[in-house]
Amino acid sequence: MTSKALLSVRSLGVAFGSEHVVEDLSFDVEAGRTLAIVGESGSGKSVTSLAIMRLVEHVGGSITQGSIHFNADGVSRDLTALSDKQMRALRGNDIAMIFQEPMTSLNPVFTVGDQIIETLLVHEELSRNAAREEARRLLELVRLPDAEAQLKRYPHQLSGGMRQRVMIAMALACRPKLLIADEPTTALDVTIQAQILSIIRDLQSQLEMAVIFITHDMGVVAQMADDVVVMHRGRRIEQAPVADLFAHPREAYTRALLSAVPRLGSMSGEDLPRREALTVIENGEPRTIGGNSTQDTARYDEAPLVSIRDLVTRFDIRKNFFGGVTHRVHAVEKVSFDIYPGETMALVGESGSGKSTIGRTIQQLQAATSGDIRFEGKPLAQMSKAEQMRLRQKVQYIFQDPFASLDPRKTVGFSIAEPIRTHGLIDNRRAIDARVGELLERVGLEAHHAGRYPHEFSGGQRQRICIARALASKPKLIIADEALSALDVSIQAQIIDLFMELQKDEGLAYLFISHDMAVVERMSHRVAVLYLGQIVEFGPRRAVFESPAHSYTRRLLQAVPVADPGARRDQPMLEGEIASPVRSVSDEPIILPLSETAPGHFVATEKPVGIPA
Amino acid sequence: MPDAAPSRPGQAKTARRQSSFKALEFILGVILVGGIGLAVLFSGFLFPGGGSAVDLAARLTPPLVDMAHPLGTDPLGRDVLARVIVGGEISLTVGLVSVAGAVVIGVVMGLVSGYYRGFWDVVVMRFADVQLALPFILLAITFIAIVGGGLINTIVLLIVSQWVQYARLVRGSVLSLRDREFIQSARAIGVRDIKILFQHLLPNLLGPVIVLMTLNVANNILLEASLTFLGLGVDPTIPSWGGMLAEGRTYLQTAWWVSVFPGLAILLTVLGLNLLGDWLRDTLDPTGRTRV
Repeated sequence: MTSKALLSVRSLGVAFGSEHVVEDLSFDVEAGRTLAIVGESGSGKSVTSLAIMRLVEHVGGSITQGSIHFNADGVSRDLTALSDKQMRALRGNDIAMIFQEPMTSLNPVFTVGDQIIETLLVHEELSRNAAREEARRLLELVRLPDAEAQLKRYPHQLSGGMRQRVMIAMALACRPKLLIADEPTTALDVTIQAQILSIIRDLQSQLEMAVIFITHDMGVVAQMADDVVVMHRGRRIEQAPVADLFAHPREAYTRALLSAVPRLGSMSGEDLPRREALTVIENGEPRTIGGNSTQDTARYDEAPLVSIRDLVTRFDIRKNFFGGVTHRVHAVEKVSFDIYPGETMALVGESGSGKSTIGRTIQQLQAATSGDIRFEGKPLAQMSKAEQMRLRQKVQYIFQDPFASLDPRKTVGFSIAEPIRTHGLIDNRRAIDARVGELLERVGLEAHHAGRYPHEFSGGQRQRICIARALASKPKLIIADEALSALDVSIQAQIIDLFMELQKDEGLAYLFISHDMAVVERMSHRVAVLYLGQIVEFGPRRAVFESPAHSYTRRLLQAVPVADPGARRDQPMLEGEIASPVRSVSDEPIILPLSETAPGHFVATEKPVGIPA
Repeated sequence: MPDAAPSRPGQAKTARRQSSFKALEFILGVILVGGIGLAVLFSGFLFPGGGSAVDLAARLTPPLVDMAHPLGTDPLGRDVLARVIVGGEISLTVGLVSVAGAVVIGVVMGLVSGYYRGFWDVVVMRFADVQLALPFILLAITFIAIVGGGLINTIVLLIVSQWVQYARLVRGSVLSLRDREFIQSARAIGVRDIKILFQHLLPNLLGPVIVLMTLNVANNILLEASLTFLGLGVDPTIPSWGGMLAEGRTYLQTAWWVSVFPGLAILLTVLGLNLLGDWLRDTLDPTGRTRV
């Protein structure tokens, strides 16, 4: 490390009150290079970026020790010693930042153009017209189609990916020497993520700026970084060039982190999903949990548990003056599949593909427009109230966000006991308490946790509580709607293992709804790929992943960042937005017929319309 | 434990400071509300005459001059202390019962219209809009003209005019809560609507309702006085805090004690209720409690 680095952080410490969030952190960022700071939630990676921007004081923290030297234009300045005024001149001008949530970091009441122009007027001496011209140029730089028209649009009229491009354009407005990107693609779909990553990479080499890329995603690190700092609980665990780190991780924590990352293609050649032993760090010591076994739980010889035929779910959204419907969301269009006992059936697709709506319709949270859902042979439409109640006992739903899916005012014991009491499975209080304790232990928690409230648990623990709650009514099918997406990778790996263990022991079937191809590959027996509410490809996992037949499936697989820096792909990324499922009333979608290309492997006919090639 | 629960920075320190403040809040609230409540409850025993004994010779005696009248006397020579304590009966009854009634009706209406939407929502909310468009005094005059005055009618009038506030507040909270995942997941399990409404939704929206309640108790004690002043409320010969405040107004420059003590009684009651309300709101919220 040379002292000529653009930014050099030395033994930085950040504290909130008496709590030390970052301790003794040192690293350098050289001009034109990308440093990735990677770590799980609570590792202090975002706090570090806020400290560099000196925004950490705004959120109640303080820099307790160390220095942050910024060397530009032949001057070396210690950012920790600058006044607020000096810092304001630097922010946006020399150091710029983009945030995770493109939905909330733009002001909704100003047009995109006004917001970029404002940034330019603050820092550069430009006339309004010149600023406007520059704003247009910036939007072209981030490859927004029809930049001139975009300037006049409001943030809500843009998709998430487009908003993130606007954020990048704003960050680049003054040609910063350092760009800090805090999880810029976490909230986006994989295909859009791939586009944003390639834009950042191209602009970096064009503008020769340094980038600090903060992420939890090892795949993104492998794609983007030159150097990597691994953080854990506020400390630097390891720093290395990206190739070295992936090839020879020195520290146990890094190894555990890398081994927990689900890798696309890791299951090649396997017919069935497989449980693999995984290493977890407990009290600083690595420990191996789980074992290796093949997940041969699916019972295709039995009658299907759930059969869905020609399911259609639509929502009316726009109405004309007289209350007549003019537009509908075509969430699900003629979808048919079966779920067999003990099977993990995965639904994959991007936002708006209708994958969650299918799950919600099976769970009766959403009425179907037409079509047939049968549970153990009996159509839902013909069920009595009592039978519908029984269905709510036998089919359980796990939501994406474990922070939102437990009632904050109830103890977790109450929440877990609720399905038992609702369905009258056990009627004496002491037996219910015993069962709750048993369920908590089943998911790896302790029985005495029943008296605590949800906020006292971490995300992973809360998702375990949700699983315990789902198990309470002895279900046959669990619908897991993005149940792993909000979790850190190491926790994710543990929950996957728990899901598989429960499937093996209890013969559970899962409807696994996810956008994460690598996790789906790891867990599922069969996969259905959805695009705009229709199944475009459907078949055994191995067939879909190893010989994807539909162009959309191939696009989806291609966009997944691979956690291997050697496999960095520089082929041109696919452009275009995710198509919208909103259609006007007279414009019915064309149903793509499925044809069987191999036993059990169905592929929709290619239709160029609506699917950008 | 596979992964440790994250703790928010600085949480421990603020939590400690908060919990001692909380205890103080509770003790003060109990002393104020309990003291005033007990005094009012036993007012008949403490002042058998009800403070209505007139002694024109001792009119407008200042406080602490004559120990028979520690808080002085009013223009008719009646004992201010006795009247403040006896007057609490009407004021507290009106204040507490009217708020309780309005909360029950308003919360149920708000829960139902927010959760089910549709027809009921339209009916309840349009009715609420119509009612909000009527000025309170107009409503009061019309109502009293039709059904007559008196304690019970005054309380009914206040309930009728105030349930809308709670209904709108609750409906708004329900609309934002009903699509949250924990409500969805309760529905997915098959929990009955009545339990979702009262076990899940109600505890989560009680905080703002409690705040509005404590504000309205004070408001209603004063409203009762205005109504009585206009001849629309309770029999004006029965003492009440609001009524005494209004009576003493004309003597404010020469005999401040006539109106200051009933005013102080209202102030302390409201302060006590506010403290208890805040304490209750925070105690009901498990996220605010110190972690064990």
